[in-house]
Amino acid sequence: MDFEYSDEQRLLSETLRKFLGTGYSFDARGKIIASPVGFSEDVWAALAEMGILGVPFDAEHGGFGGSTVDMLVVMEALGEALVVEPYLATVGLGGRFVARGGSAAQRARILPALIQGKLKMAFAQTEAEARWDLAHVGTRATKSGDGWVLEGDKRAVLHGGCADQLVVSARTAGSPGGARGISLFLIERNSPGVKLVEYRGLDNLRLADIRLSGVRVGPESLLGAEGAGFALLEEVVDYATVLLCAEAVGAIKYAHDATLDYLKTRRQFGVPIGSFQALQHRMVDILISYEQARSIACLACVKVETADAAERRRVVSAAKIKVADAARHVSQEAVQLHGGMGMTEELKISHTFRRLTMIAQAFGDADHHLARFAAARR
Amino acid sequence: MDLNYSPEETAFRDEVRAWIGANLPNDLRDKVLSYRELSKDDLLRWHKILAKKGWIAPHWPKEWGGTNWTVVQRYIFEEECGAAGCPLVVPFGVRMCAPVLLRFGTDAQKQRFLPRMYNGDDFWVQGYSEPGAGSDLASLKTRAVREGDHYVVTGQKIWTTLGHYGDWIFCLVRTDPKTEKRQDGISFLLVDMKSPGITVRPIVLLDQSREVNEVFFDDVKVPADNLVHEENKGWTVAKFLLGYERMGTGNIAVCKRELARVKELAARAGLLDDPRFGDRLTRVEVELMALEITNLRFLDQLRGSRPPGAEVSLLKIKGTEIQQTLTELMMQTAGPLAPIFRPVTPDAPFDAFTAALFPRYCNVRKATIYAGSNEIQRNIIAKATLGL
Repeated sequence: MDFEYSDEQRLLSETLRKFLGTGYSFDARGKIIASPVGFSEDVWAALAEMGILGVPFDAEHGGFGGSTVDMLVVMEALGEALVVEPYLATVGLGGRFVARGGSAAQRARILPALIQGKLKMAFAQTEAEARWDLAHVGTRATKSGDGWVLEGDKRAVLHGGCADQLVVSARTAGSPGGARGISLFLIERNSPGVKLVEYRGLDNLRLADIRLSGVRVGPESLLGAEGAGFALLEEVVDYATVLLCAEAVGAIKYAHDATLDYLKTRRQFGVPIGSFQALQHRMVDILISYEQARSIACLACVKVETADAAERRRVVSAAKIKVADAARHVSQEAVQLHGGMGMTEELKISHTFRRLTMIAQAFGDADHHLARFAAARR
Repeated sequence: MDLNYSPEETAFRDEVRAWIGANLPNDLRDKVLSYRELSKDDLLRWHKILAKKGWIAPHWPKEWGGTNWTVVQRYIFEEECGAAGCPLVVPFGVRMCAPVLLRFGTDAQKQRFLPRMYNGDDFWVQGYSEPGAGSDLASLKTRAVREGDHYVVTGQKIWTTLGHYGDWIFCLVRTDPKTEKRQDGISFLLVDMKSPGITVRPIVLLDQSREVNEVFFDDVKVPADNLVHEENKGWTVAKFLLGYERMGTGNIAVCKRELARVKELAARAGLLDDPRFGDRLTRVEVELMALEITNLRFLDQLRGSRPPGAEVSLLKIKGTEIQQTLTELMMQTAGPLAPIFRPVTPDAPFDAFTAALFPRYCNVRKATIYAGSNEIQRNIIAKATLGL
C-alpha cells in the first residue's frame, strides 16, 4: 500500500494545473461557454499537446499507458477548473469503449487520432424511458446484408454535438431491459440518417438528442461481439462513473477552498464571519465530506481496474453514493455560506454548484446506486 | 498510489491471523463478541499475552520494545485483532502515558515505568476531566502543593474509565493557582492509586454499566520524582497526549467487525430486503469504506515521529459517528425483543446476546462525547487545519 502520488503523477498534476491556472481562468472559461460551440478547440489542442488526451491509452497508439489513478489526477484538476471540454465523453467513454472492446483495426483507426486531438467522441445510450437502467435499450439494429440498419432515439448525449464518432448502443435481439441482445456500434456523426439537436446544459456542458433513422453501418462498425455488448457497456460506464467521481472531488475541493476563503474575508458585525462557531462547524463538515469523497474516489480508481465485476460494481456504487452525497452537501453549504453572493452567476461557486448537482445525478443518482449496492450484497 | 496489499503485507497478515488464532483465549473472544464486561484480569491477561509475543506496543521505539512496523503493518495488526474479537488493549498506559514518558520523561522515569507498562504489571488509568473541567480542560482545579520532596494532592477527577481497576493514574493537577493564563500552572503527575487518601466511586451510566468513576484525592502524598516534565509545564504534555488519546477512538477494525455483525443480524431479521433499512446500512458501510482509506492516508502522513494533530480529530468524528450508527442499526434488528434486559428470576432462560444490543446502543452514545466531544474536535479542526 502506498497513498502518495508518484513523481510522474505529481508532475502531471502540476503541468495540468499550471496550464489551467493561466489558460482556463474563470473569465477565460466564461468566454468559452458563451461561444457558439461551447468549448475551445485551442484548449482541446493544448490538452492533446500536453498528452492529457492520451493518459489512459496504450503507448502503441501514442498514449501514456496510464492507470486510473493517473486519470484521478487529471479529473481532479479538470473538476477544480470546471473544464467544459468533452474530455469525459471522448477519453472516458468513447475512447475507453474502443480501447477495451475495439478490434485492432478499430483501435488503430480511432485512438491515435483521438490522442492527437483530431477526433472527439460521445456515447449515445440514454433513451426516453430508460432512467438509469443500462439495459433499457430500445434502439434497434436490424441485419441488412453484412451490416445493420439502426433506428431509434437517444437522449441527452453528453457532448454529442461536437463528436466525430459516436458509440451507439442498439438492440440486435431481445427487448428493452434485457442485457442479452445489446450490441455496440461505432458510427460517424455525419452518417446519413443521423439527426442531431444540440442543447446547452445549465452546468454549461453541451448535450444532444440524436435521432437515428435508417442509419446503415457495415461490419467494421460493430464494437465487440454482436448481442453481447452489455458487459462492456457496464464496465465502461463504471469506469466513467469513477472518473466523474474524481471530477467531483476536484469541484468539491474548489467549493471548499472558495468557501473557506470567503469565511475569512467576508466581514459582518465587525469581524470575519469565519469567527462564528456556527459557521466554523459547518465548514469543518465540508472538509470532512471532501476528505471522505476523495478517499472513496481513490479506492474506486484502484478497484475499477483490478476487481472482478461483482466487486467493481460494489465499489463503484459505493463511490457514487458517497460522492453524490458529498457533492450535494458541499454544493448546498457552499452557496449558503456565501450568502447572497453564492446565488449569483458572477461567482464561480454558482457554476460549481450546478456542475456538482448534475454530477450527483449522472450515471445514476445516490438512490440508484444504493439499490445497486444492496443488490450486490444479496 | 496503490491501495492493494503487497505480498509482504499479505504474508504479515497471515502471520498475525495465525498467531491470534492460536493465542487468543476462547473465553476472552466469546466475551468480546457477546459484549460482556471484561474484568481487570481479562484485560491484563490479553495484555500479557501480547507483551510476551512482543506486540503490545508496536509504536514504541525499538529499544523499548517497539516492533518497527510500518503504518500499514500496524493497521493490519489492528484489523486482525478487531476481526478476531481480541479485547481492546487498554490505551491509558502503553498508548497514552508511554508516549508522554518517551517524549518528556527522565531516564529514571522511563526505566521505572516503561517496562512495567509494557509487561502489564500495573493497570494505568487517566485523570484528566474534573466536574468543572470537561471540554474546558484547562480550568481544572485539583491542587498539588509542593512540600519538600513530595506533592500533596487534593481534589477530584471524574469520568475515570476503568478507574476501579487502576493501580496507577496519570493526572493533570494545578501547581500554581495564580497564573494569568489558566494553561500555565498545570503539572503532569503520576500517582500510585494505593496511596492513602484516594477514594474511587463508580458512576452508573446510561446502560447501567459501571465503567467510569469519580476519583477523590484527599491530601494524597505523591513523591516529587513522579512529576513528568517541568512543574507548571503540564499543559504542553496534556496537549501532546490528547492527540494520542483521539487516535484510538474511531476504531475501524472494530467497526468492520460490527458491520458484518449488523448484516448477519439483519439477514436473520429479514431486514436486508427492506430498502429503508438497507439504505441506512449501505450509507454507513460506504462511510466506513471511505474512512478506512482516509485513516490510512492520514496515518501515512504521520510516518516518523510527528505527534498526531488535527487529522485525528476528523477520524474521531467520523469513526464515532459510524460506531453509533452501527449500534443503532443493531439494536433495531432486535425489534420487539430489544427492551428485554435481564430475567427477574436469575436462572430463567435468557438470550443474553439480544439483551446486550439496546444497552450497547446506550453505552456507545459516549463515543461522541469522550476524548474531546465531537464539537470540540470541530473547534480543533477549524482552528488548526482551516485557520479559522
